[in-house]
Amino acid sequence: MSPGPTPSQTIGPFFHDALLDIDRSDLVSSDHPEAIKIQGTVYDGAGEIVPDAMVEIWQANRAGRYNHPADDREDLSLDEDFSGFGRSGTDARGEFSFLTVKPGPVPGPDGRLQAPYVMVSVFARGLPKRLVTRIYFPDEEEANAVDPVLSSIDDQAFRRTLIARDESGALRFDIHLQGDKQTAFFGF
Amino acid sequence: MAQRTGEEAAGYRREDDPPYLYPDYVATRLRAPKKPLIILPRTLSDTTGPAYGRGLIGELDDDLTSQHSGEPLGERIIVTGRVLDGDGRPVRSSLVEIWQANASGRYTHEGDRHPAPLDPNFSGAGRCLTDGEGRYRFVTVKPGAYPWKNHDNAWRPAHIHFSLFGPAFRSRLITQMYFPGDPLLEHDPIFRSVRDRETRRCMISTFDLETTQPEWALGYRFDIVLGGRDAAPMENHR
Repeated sequence: MSPGPTPSQTIGPFFHDALLDIDRSDLVSSDHPEAIKIQGTVYDGAGEIVPDAMVEIWQANRAGRYNHPADDREDLSLDEDFSGFGRSGTDARGEFSFLTVKPGPVPGPDGRLQAPYVMVSVFARGLPKRLVTRIYFPDEEEANAVDPVLSSIDDQAFRRTLIARDESGALRFDIHLQGDKQTAFFGF
Repeated sequence: MAQRTGEEAAGYRREDDPPYLYPDYVATRLRAPKKPLIILPRTLSDTTGPAYGRGLIGELDDDLTSQHSGEPLGERIIVTGRVLDGDGRPVRSSLVEIWQANASGRYTHEGDRHPAPLDPNFSGAGRCLTDGEGRYRFVTVKPGAYPWKNHDNAWRPAHIHFSLFGPAFRSRLITQMYFPGDPLLEHDPIFRSVRDRETRRCMISTFDLETTQPEWALGYRFDIVLGGRDAAPMENHR
């Protein structure tokens, strides 16, 4: 008999020493010419901040290539120094932040390029399994408008929860777990 | 693109994972999303994933009893098992991170207010990479049960938290390993949030005499199966 997948359980409140002892919130150094800061606050359904969440990101490099053997598109440059992975806890104000570069566009299921985005996992006490969302970019209006995933969401306000906004030199991507402002989350 | 209805979004269609909203686990009530999940087609973004952890592992990271000058109190145990994908293939060179309470049921975390003693010789965090057969192995002490404020007289059964990446973004998993015969399991809403009884049992380790080392430590086996079948190469997406 082949057992099914092991079920998910909450990360709980006490993960910090094990998972955040090494700072992985900077995917590039601060003097990288194309470095961008992405930050946000996690809120619960009552609008209260969530100070005990962990946010992970996974993204392609500037050329739109993932640092992973399954992405074998050798015509695109691969930057060995850029892992594409980041991890940030939320602080006492519910804030997470990453220093990274904007990813290039990656192909969708039909092979056509999609609007660029960053994959996001959210873990927290009270989440029996992770939540998955995506960060899209505000300076990609044209690409966002025709993106198959974004345009599959009819509710404009709900769709906009996936697009970061400019905020004094950084990008802001707040995550609302529940409520009127709830962020759009994905399933597989 | 399919959107699940509210109830399905809450996870009731997935037999394996707990739903986001499980009211007996009180913290889910304000943190569970209520709007439908948007179902993503399989793309490179989720069939790839971070190779995090290589080059990260310190020499004592897989032995939680050797990270301080003295030995921690408690029952020394060896926890080992294999990490497999959905087709039963070993997941190799993949990061496994664990954390747990000490033998008294206390975490070395400023947020833990349980008035049980801290152990200066136990931090409760470890990591390792799986080997060529997908195997991992930790030496630690058996964690204690501890109270939490979910409901009146609520106690968490002894458990070790596991974090795994596997080969792809899709296979990312955080779960908890429990111990056989623990009477608290039937009272624990986190364990019971996995609705199917048989599936729940996948999270209970088994005592293993072969892993047990004479005059040294009890052995427990805990195999982990990552969501892998869905991560098979693209073939049937629309």
